[in-house]
Amino acid sequence: MARLSDAADTDKGWGLKRLWPVWEQAKQEVQPLWATLRPYLFVSPATLIFILFFIYPILFLIYISFTSWNLISPEKEFVGVANYIELFRSADFRQVMGNTVVYTVLTVSLSLVLALFLALWLNRKGVLHGIIQGAIFSPYIISLVSVSLLWLWMMDPQFGLLNWVLSWFGFPPSPWLTDPNTAVYGLVLVSVWKVIGYNTLVFIAGLQSIPKEIYEAADLDGASFWQKLTRLTLPMLSPTLFFLLVINTINSFQVFDIVQIMTQGGPVNSTNMLVYFIYENAFNFFKIGYASAAGVILLFMIGLLTIFHFMFLAKRVHYQ
Amino acid sequence: MAYVLRVLKWFEYVALILVGLIFVFPFAWMFLTSFKSLGEVFQFPPQLLPEAWLWENMKTAWESGPFLTYFFNSLIVTVGILILQLITGVLAAYAFARYQFKGRDLLFGLTLVALMVPPQITFVPVFLQMSHWGWLNTYLSLIIPYAASAFGIFLLRQAFRQVPEEVIEAARLDQASEWKIIWRIMVPMARPVLVTFGLFSFIYHWNDYFWPLVMTNQEEIRTLPIGIAMLKDASSGGVMWNVVMAGNLILVIPILIIFFVAQRQIIRAFVYSGVK
Repeated sequence: MARLSDAADTDKGWGLKRLWPVWEQAKQEVQPLWATLRPYLFVSPATLIFILFFIYPILFLIYISFTSWNLISPEKEFVGVANYIELFRSADFRQVMGNTVVYTVLTVSLSLVLALFLALWLNRKGVLHGIIQGAIFSPYIISLVSVSLLWLWMMDPQFGLLNWVLSWFGFPPSPWLTDPNTAVYGLVLVSVWKVIGYNTLVFIAGLQSIPKEIYEAADLDGASFWQKLTRLTLPMLSPTLFFLLVINTINSFQVFDIVQIMTQGGPVNSTNMLVYFIYENAFNFFKIGYASAAGVILLFMIGLLTIFHFMFLAKRVHYQ
Repeated sequence: MAYVLRVLKWFEYVALILVGLIFVFPFAWMFLTSFKSLGEVFQFPPQLLPEAWLWENMKTAWESGPFLTYFFNSLIVTVGILILQLITGVLAAYAFARYQFKGRDLLFGLTLVALMVPPQITFVPVFLQMSHWGWLNTYLSLIIPYAASAFGIFLLRQAFRQVPEEVIEAARLDQASEWKIIWRIMVPMARPVLVTFGLFSFIYHWNDYFWPLVMTNQEEIRTLPIGIAMLKDASSGGVMWNVVMAGNLILVIPILIIFFVAQRQIIRAFVYSGVK
Protein backbone atom coordinates (compact mmCIF):
# COMPACT_ATOMS: atom_id res chain seq x y z
CA MET A 1 0.00 0.00 0.00
CA ALA A 2 2.72 2.41 1.02
CA ARG A 3 4.45 1.86 -2.30
CA LEU A 4 1.35 2.56 -4.29
CA SER A 5 0.74 5.92 -2.62
CA ASP A 6 4.42 6.85 -2.97
CA ALA A 7 4.07 6.33 -6.68
CA ALA A 8 0.90 8.40 -6.71
CA ASP A 9 2.82 11.37 -5.31
CA THR A 10 5.14 11.51 -8.30
CA ASP A 11 4.25 12.49 -11.84
CA LYS A 12 6.45 9.86 -13.37
CA GLY A 13 5.72 6.34 -14.48
CA TRP A 14 2.21 5.00 -14.60
CA GLY A 15 0.39 8.25 -14.03
CA LEU A 16 -1.02 6.82 -10.86
CA LYS A 17 -1.78 10.28 -9.55
CA ARG A 18 -4.67 10.61 -11.96
CA LEU A 19 -5.80 7.03 -11.52
CA TRP A 20 -5.71 7.11 -7.72
CA PRO A 21 -9.05 8.90 -7.13
CA VAL A 22 -10.74 6.53 -9.55
CA TRP A 23 -9.41 3.57 -7.59
CA GLU A 24 -10.50 5.13 -4.29
CA GLN A 25 -14.00 5.75 -5.62
CA ALA A 26 -14.28 2.23 -7.00
CA LYS A 27 -13.28 0.93 -3.59
CA GLN A 28 -15.99 3.01 -1.94
CA GLU A 29 -18.62 1.58 -4.25
CA VAL A 30 -17.48 -2.00 -3.92
CA GLN A 31 -17.19 -1.80 -0.13
CA PRO A 32 -20.79 -2.79 0.79
CA LEU A 33 -20.82 -5.66 -1.67
CA TRP A 34 -17.49 -6.82 -0.34
CA ALA A 35 -18.76 -6.63 3.25
CA THR A 36 -21.70 -8.86 2.31
CA LEU A 37 -19.56 -11.37 0.50
CA ARG A 38 -16.70 -11.49 2.98
CA PRO A 39 -18.20 -13.91 5.52
CA TYR A 40 -19.01 -16.40 2.78
CA LEU A 41 -15.54 -16.09 1.36
CA PHE A 42 -14.03 -16.76 4.79
CA VAL A 43 -16.09 -19.88 5.48
CA SER A 44 -15.94 -21.23 1.93
CA PRO A 45 -12.61 -23.16 2.04
CA ALA A 46 -13.63 -25.10 5.16
CA THR A 47 -17.19 -25.57 3.91
CA LEU A 48 -15.96 -26.89 0.57
CA ILE A 49 -13.78 -29.46 2.34
CA PHE A 50 -16.66 -30.56 4.56
CA ILE A 51 -19.03 -30.93 1.63
CA LEU A 52 -16.52 -32.80 -0.55
CA PHE A 53 -15.18 -35.16 2.11
CA PHE A 54 -17.97 -35.54 4.65
CA ILE A 55 -21.43 -34.65 3.34
CA TYR A 56 -21.15 -35.89 -0.23
CA PRO A 57 -19.43 -39.19 0.74
CA ILE A 58 -22.25 -39.97 3.17
CA LEU A 59 -24.84 -39.56 0.43
CA PHE A 60 -22.65 -41.48 -2.01
CA LEU A 61 -22.23 -44.29 0.55
CA ILE A 62 -25.99 -44.64 0.96
CA TYR A 63 -26.43 -44.67 -2.81
CA ILE A 64 -23.76 -47.35 -3.43
CA SER A 65 -25.24 -49.52 -0.71
CA PHE A 66 -28.25 -50.04 -3.00
CA THR A 67 -26.12 -51.14 -5.94
CA SER A 68 -24.26 -54.33 -6.80
CA TRP A 69 -21.08 -52.41 -7.53
CA ASN A 70 -17.81 -54.30 -7.49
CA LEU A 71 -14.53 -52.82 -8.62
CA ILE A 72 -14.09 -55.39 -11.39
CA SER A 73 -17.02 -54.48 -13.64
CA PRO A 74 -17.79 -50.79 -14.20
CA GLU A 75 -21.59 -51.11 -14.10
CA LYS A 76 -23.56 -50.11 -11.03
CA GLU A 77 -26.77 -52.06 -11.07
CA PHE A 78 -29.49 -50.93 -8.69
CA VAL A 79 -30.42 -53.88 -6.48
CA GLY A 80 -32.61 -52.28 -3.82
CA VAL A 81 -32.06 -53.64 -0.33
CA ALA A 82 -30.46 -56.87 -1.57
CA ASN A 83 -27.12 -56.02 0.07
CA TYR A 84 -28.82 -55.48 3.41
CA ILE A 85 -30.71 -58.75 3.15
CA GLU A 86 -27.49 -60.56 2.29
CA LEU A 87 -25.81 -58.95 5.30
CA PHE A 88 -28.43 -60.02 7.78
CA ARG A 89 -28.56 -63.52 6.35
CA SER A 90 -24.79 -63.92 6.57
CA ALA A 91 -23.59 -65.83 9.62
CA ASP A 92 -20.24 -64.07 9.28
CA PHE A 93 -21.80 -60.64 9.56
CA ARG A 94 -23.90 -61.69 12.55
CA GLN A 95 -20.71 -62.87 14.21
CA VAL A 96 -18.96 -59.60 13.32
CA MET A 97 -21.77 -57.59 14.90
CA GLY A 98 -21.71 -59.86 17.95
CA ASN A 99 -17.94 -59.42 18.31
CA THR A 100 -18.24 -55.65 17.95
CA VAL A 101 -20.94 -55.47 20.62
CA VAL A 102 -19.05 -57.74 23.06
CA TYR A 103 -15.85 -55.77 22.51
CA THR A 104 -17.63 -52.43 22.92
CA VAL A 105 -19.59 -53.35 26.04
CA LEU A 106 -16.53 -54.82 27.77
CA THR A 107 -14.12 -52.04 26.76
CA VAL A 108 -16.50 -49.22 27.70
CA SER A 109 -17.70 -50.65 30.99
CA LEU A 110 -14.28 -51.78 32.21
CA SER A 111 -12.48 -48.59 31.24
CA LEU A 112 -15.18 -46.37 32.78
CA VAL A 113 -15.40 -48.24 36.10
CA LEU A 114 -11.63 -48.42 36.52
CA ALA A 115 -11.19 -44.80 35.41
CA LEU A 116 -13.80 -43.61 37.91
CA PHE A 117 -12.01 -45.46 40.69
CA LEU A 118 -8.63 -44.03 39.61
CA ALA A 119 -10.05 -40.51 39.32
CA LEU A 120 -11.46 -40.57 42.86
CA TRP A 121 -8.08 -41.80 44.06
CA LEU A 122 -5.80 -39.54 42.03
CA ASN A 123 -7.77 -36.29 42.33
CA ARG A 124 -5.27 -34.77 44.74
CA LYS A 125 -2.66 -32.05 44.60
CA GLY A 126 0.40 -34.20 45.45
CA VAL A 127 3.44 -34.33 43.14
CA LEU A 128 3.35 -38.13 42.92
CA HIS A 129 -0.37 -38.04 42.13
CA GLY A 130 0.37 -35.65 39.26
CA ILE A 131 3.14 -37.84 37.88
CA ILE A 132 0.92 -40.92 38.00
CA GLN A 133 -1.84 -39.01 36.18
CA GLY A 134 0.65 -38.26 33.41
CA ALA A 135 1.85 -41.87 33.32
CA ILE A 136 -1.67 -43.26 33.00
CA PHE A 137 -2.44 -40.78 30.22
CA SER A 138 0.69 -41.45 28.16
CA PRO A 139 -0.60 -44.52 26.23
CA TYR A 140 -3.48 -42.40 24.94
CA ILE A 141 -1.26 -40.20 22.75
CA ILE A 142 0.85 -43.07 21.38
CA SER A 143 0.03 -44.41 17.91
CA LEU A 144 -2.21 -47.47 17.88
CA VAL A 145 0.43 -49.03 15.61
CA SER A 146 3.02 -48.88 18.40
CA VAL A 147 0.55 -49.99 21.03
CA SER A 148 -0.61 -52.94 18.90
CA LEU A 149 2.92 -54.12 18.10
CA LEU A 150 4.06 -53.74 21.71
CA TRP A 151 1.13 -55.74 23.09
CA LEU A 152 1.37 -58.34 20.35
CA TRP A 153 4.92 -58.94 21.56
CA MET A 154 3.95 -58.94 25.24
CA MET A 155 1.10 -61.38 24.48
CA ASP A 156 3.35 -63.78 22.59
CA PRO A 157 2.17 -67.18 23.85
CA GLN A 158 5.70 -68.63 24.02
CA PHE A 159 8.07 -65.80 24.93
CA GLY A 160 5.77 -62.95 25.98
CA LEU A 161 6.14 -60.82 29.07
CA LEU A 162 2.52 -61.35 30.14
CA ASN A 163 2.85 -65.12 30.45
CA TRP A 164 5.98 -64.57 32.51
CA VAL A 165 4.04 -62.26 34.84
CA LEU A 166 1.25 -64.86 35.06
CA SER A 167 3.81 -67.47 36.06
CA TRP A 168 4.91 -65.36 39.08
CA PHE A 169 1.43 -65.83 40.52
CA GLY A 170 1.33 -69.51 39.62
CA PHE A 171 -1.07 -69.13 36.69
CA PRO A 172 -0.68 -71.32 33.59
CA PRO A 173 0.38 -69.52 30.38
CA SER A 174 -2.49 -68.05 28.34
CA PRO A 175 -2.78 -68.44 24.56
CA TRP A 176 -3.96 -64.78 24.41
CA LEU A 177 -4.72 -63.83 20.80
CA THR A 178 -4.08 -67.27 19.31
CA ASP A 179 -7.19 -68.89 20.79
CA PRO A 180 -10.64 -67.95 19.41
CA ASN A 181 -12.08 -68.14 22.93
CA THR A 182 -9.72 -65.56 24.45
CA ALA A 183 -8.64 -63.38 21.51
CA VAL A 184 -11.36 -60.75 21.85
CA TYR A 185 -10.54 -60.32 25.56
CA GLY A 186 -6.94 -59.67 24.56
CA LEU A 187 -8.09 -56.80 22.34
CA VAL A 188 -10.30 -55.47 25.14
CA LEU A 189 -7.30 -55.46 27.48
CA VAL A 190 -5.21 -53.44 25.01
CA SER A 191 -7.99 -50.92 24.40
CA VAL A 192 -8.73 -50.46 28.09
CA TRP A 193 -5.03 -49.88 28.77
CA LYS A 194 -4.89 -47.26 26.03
CA VAL A 195 -8.03 -45.29 26.79
CA ILE A 196 -8.21 -45.43 30.58
CA GLY A 197 -5.96 -42.40 31.10
CA TYR A 198 -8.20 -40.23 28.95
CA ASN A 199 -11.28 -41.31 30.87
CA THR A 200 -9.55 -40.80 34.21
CA LEU A 201 -8.48 -37.25 33.40
CA VAL A 202 -11.94 -36.32 32.08
CA PHE A 203 -13.43 -37.65 35.32
CA ILE A 204 -10.90 -35.62 37.31
CA ALA A 205 -11.88 -32.50 35.35
CA GLY A 206 -15.50 -33.29 36.20
CA LEU A 207 -14.68 -33.77 39.89
CA GLN A 208 -12.86 -30.46 40.02
CA SER A 209 -15.85 -28.61 38.60
CA ILE A 210 -18.02 -29.65 41.58
CA PRO A 211 -18.26 -26.64 43.93
CA LYS A 212 -16.34 -27.12 47.20
CA GLU A 213 -19.12 -25.46 49.26
CA ILE A 214 -21.41 -28.44 48.72
CA TYR A 215 -18.92 -30.70 50.49
CA GLU A 216 -18.48 -28.19 53.30
CA ALA A 217 -22.23 -28.13 53.82
CA ALA A 218 -22.34 -31.93 53.80
CA ASP A 219 -19.52 -32.05 56.37
CA LEU A 220 -21.47 -29.68 58.64
CA ASP A 221 -24.43 -32.05 58.44
CA GLY A 222 -22.14 -34.90 59.47
CA ALA A 223 -22.36 -36.86 56.19
CA SER A 224 -20.18 -39.97 56.00
CA PHE A 225 -17.62 -40.61 53.24
CA TRP A 226 -19.95 -43.12 51.62
CA GLN A 227 -22.94 -40.75 51.74
CA LYS A 228 -20.91 -37.98 50.17
CA LEU A 229 -19.79 -40.32 47.39
CA THR A 230 -23.20 -41.77 46.50
CA ARG A 231 -25.42 -38.75 47.16
CA LEU A 232 -23.12 -35.94 46.05
CA THR A 233 -20.15 -36.90 43.92
CA LEU A 234 -21.74 -39.49 41.65
CA PRO A 235 -24.90 -37.49 40.85
CA MET A 236 -22.83 -34.37 40.21
CA LEU A 237 -20.55 -36.43 37.96
CA SER A 238 -23.37 -37.94 35.91
CA PRO A 239 -23.05 -35.49 32.95
CA THR A 240 -19.35 -36.39 32.67
CA LEU A 241 -20.19 -40.07 32.93
CA PHE A 242 -22.79 -39.75 30.19
CA PHE A 243 -20.40 -37.84 27.92
CA LEU A 244 -17.72 -40.52 28.35
CA LEU A 245 -20.23 -43.30 27.82
CA VAL A 246 -21.29 -41.89 24.45
CA ILE A 247 -17.77 -40.97 23.26
CA ASN A 248 -16.28 -44.32 24.30
CA THR A 249 -19.11 -46.29 22.70
CA ILE A 250 -18.77 -44.39 19.42
CA ASN A 251 -14.99 -44.89 19.40
CA SER A 252 -15.18 -48.58 20.27
CA PHE A 253 -17.62 -49.21 17.44
CA GLN A 254 -15.00 -47.89 15.02
CA VAL A 255 -12.18 -50.16 16.19
CA PHE A 256 -9.90 -51.05 13.27
CA ASP A 257 -6.16 -50.55 13.80
CA ILE A 258 -5.66 -53.08 16.58
CA VAL A 259 -7.71 -55.68 14.69
CA GLN A 260 -5.77 -55.13 11.47
CA ILE A 261 -2.35 -55.28 13.12
CA MET A 262 -2.87 -57.78 15.93
CA THR A 263 -5.29 -60.43 14.65
CA GLN A 264 -6.57 -59.67 11.10
CA GLY A 265 -9.96 -60.67 12.46
CA GLY A 266 -8.83 -64.15 13.43
CA PRO A 267 -8.49 -66.76 14.67
CA VAL A 268 -11.56 -68.11 12.83
CA ASN A 269 -13.29 -64.73 12.63
CA SER A 270 -13.38 -64.39 16.43
CA THR A 271 -12.06 -60.81 16.43
CA ASN A 272 -13.48 -59.61 13.14
CA MET A 273 -15.30 -56.34 13.79
CA LEU A 274 -17.47 -53.96 11.82
CA VAL A 275 -14.93 -51.54 10.28
CA TYR A 276 -12.48 -54.36 9.54
CA PHE A 277 -15.34 -56.26 7.89
CA ILE A 278 -16.11 -53.21 5.70
CA TYR A 279 -12.43 -52.76 4.84
CA GLU A 280 -11.97 -56.43 3.90
CA ASN A 281 -15.09 -56.60 1.76
CA ALA A 282 -14.27 -53.36 -0.04
CA PHE A 283 -10.54 -53.79 -0.67
CA ASN A 284 -9.87 -57.54 -0.51
CA PHE A 285 -13.11 -58.91 -2.01
CA PHE A 286 -14.04 -55.76 -4.02
CA LYS A 287 -17.67 -56.02 -2.89
CA ILE A 288 -18.17 -52.27 -2.76
CA GLY A 289 -21.97 -52.30 -2.59
CA TYR A 290 -22.02 -54.92 0.14
CA ALA A 291 -19.32 -53.14 2.16
CA SER A 292 -21.20 -49.86 1.80
CA ALA A 293 -24.36 -51.42 3.21
CA ALA A 294 -22.34 -52.39 6.30
CA GLY A 295 -21.00 -48.82 6.31
CA VAL A 296 -24.54 -47.45 6.37
CA ILE A 297 -25.27 -49.63 9.40
CA LEU A 298 -22.26 -48.10 11.17
CA LEU A 299 -23.43 -44.63 10.12
CA PHE A 300 -26.89 -45.37 11.49
CA MET A 301 -25.58 -46.51 14.87
CA ILE A 302 -23.18 -43.62 15.29
CA GLY A 303 -25.88 -41.18 14.17
CA LEU A 304 -28.29 -42.58 16.76
CA LEU A 305 -25.75 -42.23 19.56
CA THR A 306 -24.90 -38.68 18.46
CA ILE A 307 -28.55 -37.59 18.40
CA PHE A 308 -29.04 -39.17 21.81
CA HIS A 309 -26.03 -37.19 23.05
CA PHE A 310 -27.34 -33.89 21.67
CA MET A 311 -30.78 -34.43 23.15
CA PHE A 312 -29.14 -34.91 26.50
CA LEU A 313 -26.96 -31.80 26.08
CA ALA A 314 -29.99 -29.70 25.11
CA LYS A 315 -31.82 -30.89 28.20
CA ARG A 316 -28.86 -30.08 30.40
CA VAL A 317 -28.58 -26.55 29.05
CA HIS A 318 -32.31 -26.16 29.66
CA TYR A 319 -31.97 -27.02 33.34
CA GLN A 320 -29.11 -24.67 34.09
CA MET B 1 -2.49 -43.16 65.44
CA ALA B 2 -0.01 -40.88 63.66
CA TYR B 3 2.14 -43.93 63.10
CA VAL B 4 -0.70 -45.89 61.50
CA LEU B 5 -1.46 -42.94 59.22
CA ARG B 6 2.17 -42.77 58.12
CA VAL B 7 2.23 -46.45 57.30
CA LEU B 8 -1.00 -46.04 55.33
CA LYS B 9 0.52 -43.11 53.44
CA TRP B 10 3.52 -45.23 52.42
CA PHE B 11 1.21 -48.04 51.48
CA GLU B 12 -0.66 -45.64 49.20
CA TYR B 13 2.58 -44.49 47.58
CA VAL B 14 3.59 -48.07 46.81
CA ALA B 15 0.16 -48.74 45.31
CA LEU B 16 0.41 -45.55 43.23
CA ILE B 17 3.77 -46.56 41.82
CA LEU B 18 2.48 -50.05 40.99
CA VAL B 19 -0.42 -48.50 39.06
CA GLY B 20 1.99 -46.17 37.27
CA LEU B 21 4.17 -49.15 36.30
CA ILE B 22 1.26 -50.88 34.58
CA PHE B 23 1.19 -47.95 32.16
CA VAL B 24 4.88 -47.09 31.91
CA PHE B 25 6.58 -50.47 32.09
CA PRO B 26 5.36 -51.66 28.67
CA PHE B 27 7.24 -48.70 27.15
CA ALA B 28 10.33 -49.68 29.10
CA TRP B 29 9.88 -53.23 27.79
CA MET B 30 9.74 -51.89 24.23
CA PHE B 31 12.97 -50.00 24.88
CA LEU B 32 14.76 -52.94 26.50
CA THR B 33 13.65 -55.41 23.81
CA SER B 34 14.96 -53.15 21.08
CA PHE B 35 18.52 -53.59 22.37
CA LYS B 36 18.43 -57.38 22.82
CA SER B 37 19.81 -60.06 20.54
CA LEU B 38 17.42 -62.42 18.78
CA GLY B 39 18.57 -65.22 21.10
CA GLU B 40 17.61 -63.19 24.15
CA VAL B 41 14.22 -62.34 22.63
CA PHE B 42 13.38 -66.01 22.17
CA GLN B 43 14.25 -67.01 25.69
CA PHE B 44 11.76 -67.88 28.39
CA PRO B 45 11.65 -66.73 31.13
CA PRO B 46 13.03 -63.48 29.69
CA GLN B 47 15.91 -61.47 31.12
CA LEU B 48 15.06 -57.94 32.18
CA LEU B 49 18.19 -56.25 30.77
CA PRO B 50 19.95 -57.06 27.50
CA GLU B 51 23.25 -58.91 27.79
CA ALA B 52 24.94 -56.34 25.56
CA TRP B 53 23.20 -53.18 24.27
CA LEU B 54 22.85 -53.77 20.53
CA TRP B 55 22.44 -50.57 18.53
CA GLU B 56 22.42 -52.60 15.31
CA ASN B 57 18.71 -53.39 15.74
CA MET B 58 17.91 -49.74 15.17
CA LYS B 59 20.03 -49.79 12.01
CA THR B 60 18.49 -53.06 10.79
CA ALA B 61 15.01 -51.63 11.30
CA TRP B 62 15.88 -48.37 9.54
CA GLU B 63 17.42 -50.19 6.58
CA SER B 64 14.68 -52.78 6.12
CA GLY B 65 12.54 -50.24 4.24
CA PRO B 66 12.75 -46.70 2.86
CA PHE B 67 12.38 -45.22 6.33
CA LEU B 68 13.83 -41.84 5.45
CA THR B 69 11.06 -41.52 2.86
CA TYR B 70 8.42 -42.65 5.36
CA PHE B 71 9.73 -40.14 7.86
CA PHE B 72 9.62 -37.21 5.42
CA ASN B 73 6.21 -38.26 4.14
CA SER B 74 4.92 -38.25 7.72
CA LEU B 75 6.44 -34.84 8.28
CA ILE B 76 5.08 -33.34 5.03
CA VAL B 77 1.60 -34.71 5.61
CA THR B 78 1.42 -33.73 9.27
CA VAL B 79 2.79 -30.21 8.80
CA GLY B 80 0.83 -29.66 5.57
CA ILE B 81 -2.42 -30.61 7.28
CA LEU B 82 -1.64 -28.40 10.26
CA ILE B 83 -0.90 -25.29 8.17
CA LEU B 84 -4.01 -25.70 6.02
CA GLN B 85 -6.20 -26.38 9.06
CA LEU B 86 -4.93 -23.24 10.77
CA ILE B 87 -5.61 -21.04 7.73
CA THR B 88 -9.07 -22.41 6.90
CA GLY B 89 -9.91 -22.67 10.60
CA VAL B 90 -8.97 -19.11 11.54
CA LEU B 91 -10.95 -17.64 8.63
CA ALA B 92 -14.07 -19.75 9.18
CA ALA B 93 -13.98 -19.35 12.96
CA TYR B 94 -13.67 -15.57 12.65
CA ALA B 95 -16.67 -15.42 10.31
CA PHE B 96 -18.76 -17.67 12.56
CA ALA B 97 -17.78 -15.77 15.69
CA ARG B 98 -17.95 -12.17 14.48
CA TYR B 99 -20.19 -11.77 11.43
CA GLN B 100 -23.94 -11.90 11.03
CA PHE B 101 -24.85 -13.39 7.67
CA LYS B 102 -27.62 -15.34 6.02
CA GLY B 103 -27.20 -19.09 6.27
CA ARG B 104 -24.67 -18.86 9.08
CA ASP B 105 -26.47 -21.41 11.27
CA LEU B 106 -26.85 -23.79 8.34
CA LEU B 107 -23.15 -23.59 7.50
CA PHE B 108 -22.25 -24.00 11.15
CA GLY B 109 -24.53 -27.04 11.29
CA LEU B 110 -22.52 -28.46 8.41
CA THR B 111 -19.38 -28.07 10.52
CA LEU B 112 -21.15 -29.93 13.33
CA VAL B 113 -21.90 -32.85 11.01
CA ALA B 114 -18.25 -32.95 9.92
CA LEU B 115 -17.25 -33.07 13.59
CA MET B 116 -19.43 -36.11 14.19
CA VAL B 117 -18.63 -38.19 11.11
CA PRO B 118 -15.49 -40.34 11.52
CA PRO B 119 -13.23 -41.40 8.62
CA GLN B 120 -14.29 -45.00 9.32
CA ILE B 121 -17.64 -44.12 7.75
CA THR B 122 -16.47 -42.08 4.78
CA PHE B 123 -13.43 -44.06 3.67
CA VAL B 124 -15.06 -46.25 1.01
CA PRO B 125 -16.78 -43.43 -0.94
CA VAL B 126 -13.80 -41.08 -0.51
CA PHE B 127 -11.48 -43.82 -1.79
CA LEU B 128 -13.66 -44.21 -4.91
CA GLN B 129 -13.67 -40.44 -5.39
CA MET B 130 -9.88 -40.25 -5.03
CA SER B 131 -9.48 -43.10 -7.48
CA HIS B 132 -11.75 -41.27 -9.94
CA TRP B 133 -9.66 -38.09 -9.63
CA GLY B 134 -6.38 -40.02 -9.86
CA TRP B 135 -5.40 -38.79 -6.39
CA LEU B 136 -4.58 -42.17 -4.87
CA ASN B 137 -0.92 -42.53 -3.87
CA THR B 138 -0.40 -38.75 -3.82
CA TYR B 139 0.01 -36.25 -0.99
CA LEU B 140 -3.32 -34.74 -2.09
CA SER B 141 -5.30 -37.77 -0.92
CA LEU B 142 -3.54 -37.66 2.45
CA ILE B 143 -3.71 -33.89 3.07
CA ILE B 144 -6.72 -32.32 1.32
CA PRO B 145 -9.50 -34.30 3.08
CA TYR B 146 -8.06 -32.97 6.35
CA ALA B 147 -7.45 -29.40 5.11
CA ALA B 148 -10.19 -28.14 7.42
CA SER B 149 -10.83 -29.29 10.96
CA ALA B 150 -14.33 -28.94 12.42
CA PHE B 151 -12.85 -29.38 15.86
CA GLY B 152 -10.37 -26.56 15.25
CA ILE B 153 -13.14 -24.25 14.04
CA PHE B 154 -15.08 -24.99 17.20
CA LEU B 155 -12.18 -24.20 19.50
CA LEU B 156 -11.17 -21.04 17.63
CA ARG B 157 -14.73 -19.76 17.35
CA GLN B 158 -15.02 -19.98 21.11
CA ALA B 159 -11.71 -18.16 21.57
CA PHE B 160 -12.58 -15.40 19.08
CA ARG B 161 -15.91 -14.81 20.77
CA GLN B 162 -14.14 -14.02 24.01
CA VAL B 163 -12.12 -11.14 22.52
CA PRO B 164 -13.84 -7.94 23.77
CA GLU B 165 -15.78 -6.02 21.11
CA GLU B 166 -13.96 -2.78 22.09
CA VAL B 167 -10.63 -4.13 20.92
CA ILE B 168 -12.01 -4.74 17.43
CA GLU B 169 -13.89 -1.41 17.38
CA ALA B 170 -10.69 0.42 18.29
CA ALA B 171 -8.80 -1.33 15.49
CA ARG B 172 -11.54 -0.47 12.98
CA LEU B 173 -11.37 3.19 14.02
CA ASP B 174 -7.66 3.02 13.25
CA GLN B 175 -8.58 1.97 9.70
CA ALA B 176 -7.26 -1.54 10.20
CA SER B 177 -8.51 -3.92 7.52
CA GLU B 178 -10.45 -7.03 8.55
CA TRP B 179 -7.50 -9.05 7.31
CA LYS B 180 -5.20 -7.21 9.67
CA ILE B 181 -7.65 -7.55 12.56
CA ILE B 182 -7.71 -11.31 12.08
CA TRP B 183 -3.97 -11.95 11.81
CA ARG B 184 -2.61 -9.13 14.00
CA ILE B 185 -5.21 -9.02 16.79
CA MET B 186 -7.39 -12.14 16.92
CA VAL B 187 -4.74 -14.75 16.21
CA PRO B 188 -2.22 -13.46 18.79
CA MET B 189 -4.97 -13.22 21.40
CA ALA B 190 -6.03 -16.81 20.72
CA ARG B 191 -2.49 -18.17 20.94
CA PRO B 192 -3.07 -20.68 23.77
CA VAL B 193 -5.96 -22.19 21.84
CA LEU B 194 -3.89 -22.33 18.66
CA VAL B 195 -1.11 -24.16 20.50
CA THR B 196 -3.62 -26.56 22.04
CA PHE B 197 -5.19 -27.31 18.69
CA GLY B 198 -1.83 -27.55 16.93
CA LEU B 199 -0.60 -30.19 19.38
CA PHE B 200 -3.82 -32.15 18.99
CA SER B 201 -3.68 -32.06 15.20
CA PHE B 202 0.01 -32.93 15.02
CA ILE B 203 -0.25 -35.91 17.35
CA TYR B 204 -3.42 -37.21 15.71
CA HIS B 205 -2.02 -37.16 12.17
CA TRP B 206 1.49 -38.28 13.14
CA ASN B 207 -0.09 -41.38 14.67
CA ASP B 208 -2.71 -41.95 12.00
CA TYR B 209 -2.60 -45.39 10.41
CA PHE B 210 -6.05 -45.88 8.94
CA TRP B 211 -6.25 -43.08 6.36
CA PRO B 212 -2.82 -43.57 4.71
CA LEU B 213 -3.41 -47.33 4.70
CA VAL B 214 -6.58 -46.86 2.65
CA MET B 215 -5.32 -44.13 0.32
CA THR B 216 -1.87 -45.52 -0.57
CA ASN B 217 -0.33 -48.80 -1.64
CA GLN B 218 3.12 -47.67 -2.82
CA GLU B 219 6.02 -47.29 -0.44
CA GLU B 220 7.24 -43.94 -1.88
CA ILE B 221 4.13 -42.24 -0.52
CA ARG B 222 3.50 -44.18 2.69
CA THR B 223 4.00 -42.78 6.17
CA LEU B 224 5.88 -43.97 9.25
CA PRO B 225 3.05 -45.81 11.04
CA ILE B 226 2.53 -48.03 7.98
CA GLY B 227 6.26 -48.60 7.56
CA ILE B 228 6.58 -49.62 11.20
CA ALA B 229 3.55 -51.91 11.05
CA MET B 230 5.06 -53.64 7.99
CA LEU B 231 8.26 -54.42 9.94
CA LYS B 232 6.32 -57.21 11.63
CA ASP B 233 6.07 -59.11 8.35
CA ALA B 234 9.48 -58.02 7.00
CA SER B 235 11.33 -61.21 7.92
CA SER B 236 10.33 -64.63 6.71
CA GLY B 237 10.03 -67.06 9.58
CA GLY B 238 9.30 -65.65 13.03
CA VAL B 239 8.85 -61.99 13.89
CA MET B 240 12.14 -60.33 14.87
CA TRP B 241 10.71 -58.56 17.88
CA ASN B 242 13.93 -56.78 18.75
CA VAL B 243 13.98 -55.11 15.31
CA VAL B 244 10.25 -54.35 15.39
CA MET B 245 10.56 -52.72 18.81
CA ALA B 246 13.59 -50.73 17.62
CA GLY B 247 11.50 -49.42 14.73
CA ASN B 248 8.67 -48.73 17.12
CA LEU B 249 10.93 -46.38 19.06
CA ILE B 250 11.25 -44.15 15.96
CA LEU B 251 7.50 -43.62 16.08
CA VAL B 252 7.10 -43.30 19.84
CA ILE B 253 10.06 -41.18 20.92
CA PRO B 254 9.07 -37.90 19.17
CA ILE B 255 5.61 -38.07 20.74
CA LEU B 256 6.98 -38.90 24.20
CA ILE B 257 9.41 -35.97 23.96
CA ILE B 258 6.61 -33.59 23.00
CA PHE B 259 4.53 -35.02 25.84
CA PHE B 260 7.37 -34.52 28.30
CA VAL B 261 7.86 -30.89 27.23
CA ALA B 262 4.23 -29.84 26.91
CA GLN B 263 2.36 -32.30 29.13
CA ARG B 264 -0.06 -29.75 30.49
CA GLN B 265 -1.05 -28.34 27.09
CA ILE B 266 -1.42 -31.81 25.59
CA ILE B 267 -3.65 -33.02 28.38
CA ARG B 268 -5.73 -29.86 27.98
CA ALA B 269 -5.86 -30.37 24.22
CA PHE B 270 -7.21 -33.89 24.48
CA VAL B 271 -9.24 -33.75 27.66
CA TYR B 272 -10.82 -30.34 28.11
CA SER B 273 -11.60 -29.96 24.43
CA GLY B 274 -13.88 -32.95 24.66
CA VAL B 275 -15.64 -31.79 27.79
CA LYS B 276 -16.77 -28.39 26.55
